[in-house]
Amino acid sequence: MSDVHNTPLSAPEPTVNSAKPDSVGIVTPITIHFDQPLTLQCGKTLSEYDIIYETYGTLNADKSNALLICHALSGHHHAAGYHSSTDKRPGWWDACIGPGKAIDTEIFHIISINNLGGCHGSTGPESTNPDTGKPYGPDFPIVTSKDWVESQARLADVLEIQQWAAVIGGSLGGMQALQWSIDYPERLRHCVVIAAAPILSAQNIAFNEIARKAILSDPGFHNGHYYDKNSFPKTGLILARMLGHITYLSDAAMREKFGRELREGKLKFDYDIEFQVESYLNYQGEVFSESFDANTYLLMTRALDYFDPAAEYDNSLTLAVERAKCRFLVISFTTDWRFSPERSVEIVDALVTADKDVTYSEIDCPQGHDSFLLDIPQYTQLFKAYMQGIAQEISL
Amino acid sequence: MNATIAQSGLRSDLNTIQDWIKPQSRVLDLGCGDGTLLAQLKKNRDIHGYGLEINPDQILECVKKGVNVIGQNMDENLANFKTDSFDMVVMTQALQAVHYPDHVIDEMLRIGKECIITFPNFAHWRCRFYLLAKGRMPVSKNLPYTWYNTPNIHLCTFKDFEALCHRKSLTILHRTVVDSNAKDSFASKTLPNLFGETAIYHITRHH
Repeated sequence: MSDVHNTPLSAPEPTVNSAKPDSVGIVTPITIHFDQPLTLQCGKTLSEYDIIYETYGTLNADKSNALLICHALSGHHHAAGYHSSTDKRPGWWDACIGPGKAIDTEIFHIISINNLGGCHGSTGPESTNPDTGKPYGPDFPIVTSKDWVESQARLADVLEIQQWAAVIGGSLGGMQALQWSIDYPERLRHCVVIAAAPILSAQNIAFNEIARKAILSDPGFHNGHYYDKNSFPKTGLILARMLGHITYLSDAAMREKFGRELREGKLKFDYDIEFQVESYLNYQGEVFSESFDANTYLLMTRALDYFDPAAEYDNSLTLAVERAKCRFLVISFTTDWRFSPERSVEIVDALVTADKDVTYSEIDCPQGHDSFLLDIPQYTQLFKAYMQGIAQEISL
Repeated sequence: MNATIAQSGLRSDLNTIQDWIKPQSRVLDLGCGDGTLLAQLKKNRDIHGYGLEINPDQILECVKKGVNVIGQNMDENLANFKTDSFDMVVMTQALQAVHYPDHVIDEMLRIGKECIITFPNFAHWRCRFYLLAKGRMPVSKNLPYTWYNTPNIHLCTFKDFEALCHRKSLTILHRTVVDSNAKDSFASKTLPNLFGETAIYHITRHH
């Protein structure tokens, strides 16, 4: 969902300084293999799988300071710090994770995982199917937020973390956090849901469908079996990303950044790239297409479409969250039109009706959906204050 | 709404409010400011409460106190709160700053079984004297704004408020007025509309 491969519009210039005092520094991912089969919501079973994750901060003796970070559509496990001293960009949520930051690594032990079905190290469509010896491709089962929560709970079991101090996520990540509070009420003390929605709207699904159509109709897609054909649906991925990117930004943010500025200062009267905004979108799409797997993109958009925690509870979100035992922080952004504040309010209303502890704030800022990735003072101060409250509560 | 809209009886009216709230009540505080009242009620009455507040600085203070706060404007819509879903709906020193006070009172009594409302009394002798002597809109420690930039757009007197309650057939369960020291002095008890600076009303729709 979010712009994790490319610096969002108002993020600071890339830095090579992994030694900055507010950076978690150099981090190394860990891969863990699970050979216990996982039955998915779709009915299919993954007989074995890998999960890749990163950790930041130190786990305390009673393991009470562990936090789980759930990622968004195009996210992954690398949420903070750098993989090497020559890395130009930090992890996707470095604005919020680090010493002294909203999610303070001096206090908490953060676990950030790449979801099943991803393309950054956890088992997904690119991985080898043990039954065939070939990449899964389109045969990789569609996983859902419920499946992700299940796989994350298994990781918690292995790490002997009985209860998360908090499960935290933005966008699709926030939806997983919400799912956690319903599926494993005993296993989290707090749930932080940022720039999310309780279920996708028809408009949300419509955007996803166009993105999928772009990929599925690309001649390089080969019905998903493109890995051994020396091709991939590059144009389709570029289109999908360009479309997505527009929905991550606000009209105001694009106007501010690009306006109607021309690349070469004068009209050329042809269909090449004329306006800066065209150039920007094409560049973002191009970079993304080289680092993200098309089958994973299809899967992630479907997981979004299918997200519906109320479905098991008579289609009542209130009944669903009645199960929750944690406290909630819900945050939205005024100019987010992908998951607008009204969508967050739906979650808040259900929580209030169910008599759950919840704090909700709508952050006034121009950056749109991608705001959750940025260091916007009103947002990060509130987020930090809430996290400090958690630390106090469990005497960290 | 924030705590500076009207500063009369600053936070000592909270003790009176606390006396009228049953332990373990479900409480909604409209315009909760920095969350002081809810934090106090949670500590002393074991209530489960939520505050509504739109000022980001005040929301931050609520979070620091561990108070549930919802960033929502009470003037726009309270329709998302279910009918009879709270034991008590409280609004301190904000009635005079909302656009439609009568509508807000209706909503408070729809959402809550009972309500507590506090507001500054515009018929207090200092206000009367200021207007009489200077011929200008009163400005005081209690109501520190000039007429053109005040958030207090619907100032009223105790008598006005009670007339509204009467017109709406509401039951006044308790009424207390306090003076500038937030004490219910002899003078403010005897002639509340003249000597009472802040009113604290406990009302309900039911008899």
